Amino acid sequence: MAFVVPKDTYNGRVFEVEIGTGAKAVKIGGENTLPFLTFEGEVPNMPVIAHEIQDVLPEDWPETVQAAYKDVSGDPVKWAKHCQDNLGAQVIALRLLGTHPDRQDRSPEDAAKTVSDVLAAIDVPLIILGSNHAEKDAQVLRAACDAAKDRNCLIGKAQEANYKTIVAAAMASGHKIIAMSDLDVNLAKQLNILITQMGFDKEKIMTDPMSSALGYGIEYTYSVMERIRAASLNQNDATMSPPIVNDIGMYVWKVKETMASESDLPAWGSLEERAIGWESTTAVGLMMAGSDLLIMRHPKAIETVRKVVAELA
Amino acid sequence: MALSGVEIFKHLPKTNCKKCGFPTCLAFAMKLAAKQASLDVCPDASEEAKSFLGAASEPPIRGITIGVGDKALKVGEETVLFRHEKKFVHPCGFALAIKDTDSDAEIDAKAKSVEESEIERVGQHLRVELVSVLNMSNDPAKFAAAVARVAAAAPSAGIILATENPASVEAAMTHVSGKKPLICGANAENVEAMVNLAKYAGASLAVRGDGIDAVVELTEKVVGMGFKDIVIDTGCRKAKDMVEQYTQIRRAAVKKGFKPLGFPVITCAFNDDPYMEQALASVAIAKYASIIVLSDISKWKTLALMSLRQNIYTDPQVPMQVGQNVYKVGDAKPDSPLMITTNFSLTYFIVLGEVENSKVPSWLAVMDVEGLSVLTAWAAGKFTAAKIAQFIQESGVENSVSHKELVIPGYVAVLSGALEDKLPGWKITVGPREANALPAFLKNKAASA
Repeated sequence: MAFVVPKDTYNGRVFEVEIGTGAKAVKIGGENTLPFLTFEGEVPNMPVIAHEIQDVLPEDWPETVQAAYKDVSGDPVKWAKHCQDNLGAQVIALRLLGTHPDRQDRSPEDAAKTVSDVLAAIDVPLIILGSNHAEKDAQVLRAACDAAKDRNCLIGKAQEANYKTIVAAAMASGHKIIAMSDLDVNLAKQLNILITQMGFDKEKIMTDPMSSALGYGIEYTYSVMERIRAASLNQNDATMSPPIVNDIGMYVWKVKETMASESDLPAWGSLEERAIGWESTTAVGLMMAGSDLLIMRHPKAIETVRKVVAELA
Repeated sequence: MALSGVEIFKHLPKTNCKKCGFPTCLAFAMKLAAKQASLDVCPDASEEAKSFLGAASEPPIRGITIGVGDKALKVGEETVLFRHEKKFVHPCGFALAIKDTDSDAEIDAKAKSVEESEIERVGQHLRVELVSVLNMSNDPAKFAAAVARVAAAAPSAGIILATENPASVEAAMTHVSGKKPLICGANAENVEAMVNLAKYAGASLAVRGDGIDAVVELTEKVVGMGFKDIVIDTGCRKAKDMVEQYTQIRRAAVKKGFKPLGFPVITCAFNDDPYMEQALASVAIAKYASIIVLSDISKWKTLALMSLRQNIYTDPQVPMQVGQNVYKVGDAKPDSPLMITTNFSLTYFIVLGEVENSKVPSWLAVMDVEGLSVLTAWAAGKFTAAKIAQFIQESGVENSVSHKELVIPGYVAVLSGALEDKLPGWKITVGPREANALPAFLKNKAASA
């Protein structure tokens, strides 16, 4: 019996979303087939990795990843330049964690200043993330959008509780949006509908399905992603066709496996390698489910994922 | 591929005798199609009908067992491409490669590390199941000696005889007699000799071809020789080829019923960079490999791989749960805080992790709500004031805790009044909504105590 390559045909396509400006602008998504199946479709852009930095010293990051940035993480501008110039970052994600009311509660104005300073120092695209406090993020991201006008940034995250302000600000300043909902295909769809009903271009959104770390729910994120992608490609559902962004470092570097010492848990082996491997394995797993943009922390994990991306091209 | 009632009906006696308990042969055929009846109840079914139905109800990917006893590894029998369609059936197995050119001490140490690889995670026991002995020397005697050493030092592990030299298989066979090894494997030149050896040894046989077409030719030949316990190796070792080829193989088997590819896949994730090996193995876990051979099983590396495997192969319909209990976290004392949460594994692990992060010893009461998260359980009426009160009263927690203050998850703050009514004498304190706020909460509580 002769083997005939079983090719699937698809009816839809993931939108291609460009962030940044000038020569260093980056295109995300655009594929019309399941992840990496170029024998039956096109994958114009391989997954992109963004290096995460913060507006305040990341004192709550586990030692393994803090150590990687210890000379630069006290100053977001220095940190951003280090990622771009020394680590080859294609995209930088600035998380304004210091604006969280339970942290330094930095004002929107201060946050906007940080955004301006970082933008002045880099030419790769910038992702601007709030602190995940819905109310505060609305004000912070509005100020950030204004400060970042003309730089075509990716603003996140718009959630059901605060999307109106953030979407309006992004529209006014010409930015792209990350829409995040809680690990549910229908909620993701609904949020995209609400956002586009405001007049926001459906091809300027990226979907964050809410990532989970390996061992702490990754399979939920994985299956939500596969279902979103299937709806886009098989049913040509435009509300499911934004590229997918996974905010990985944030979830990985909270888990015990990135912190427990080998002496406490000998069965878990060496801490540093275990922690780095936890982030890269989470990233690779989610790439298999359709991740188009990954926000990551540890340079060594990023390096590994880059090598895998190169091998998947 | 499922047969329709009409297709099955063609093979039935068509006498409508009712001996099977159904009014007509067509009605019986419909039941057979829905797998709600067995052909056994038809006394007049022909041999042809029996073998036709038997073949059609076989899983699209053959089940293969390596090893014996309660640690045997079964792989195959998969039916879908996506875990959200239906649970994947058998988690893949991991194998550590050991070269027959390694020193005796190295062989012993590596085999021992496989034997001792078992860890527990979310109530399951996870391990590296197999050893693949590589016949690097191409010397049958040296190979046999290495296999003997491995079998002795890793008695729980299934063995892969990784050689393309039939003489080496023959020499090593005695040391794995009755142990259902996997011979890896047959190629175009040695296939007849290898099939005969596999039959004789009661082993399964991996066929190795360069790409899918070569493998198809080989499996057809092997099946033609009357042997079906086949595992396939297309020789690919790079991420892109794995994704592409293993997707094509799985699709061909389950969607097209293409029998020559209806067998489990074996792959190697070897890479000098251990992070890259871990990454390749992760690709293979997600993309349909059934046996993944590794060059090294450092604990840090396999912890992640075993977790990923566990996660991908979890039944998406049945949430993983932990047992109902009052868990002691750290060196909790009678005056340590008492918190309650639900027994969804994810909830439990996340909450437990944050309590541990806080370094405040505490008691964590975990209530059985059939594996739902806090909000889901509350919405489903399983995490109510009455039920929580009953659990606390019957839990025997007063044997461990000297106070009567219960911290409840922030998302069910609405229950605090009703809970105080149902738990007379107890003070209900509303904790944070998100587990990651627990460290701050617990530290503040300790400071103000």
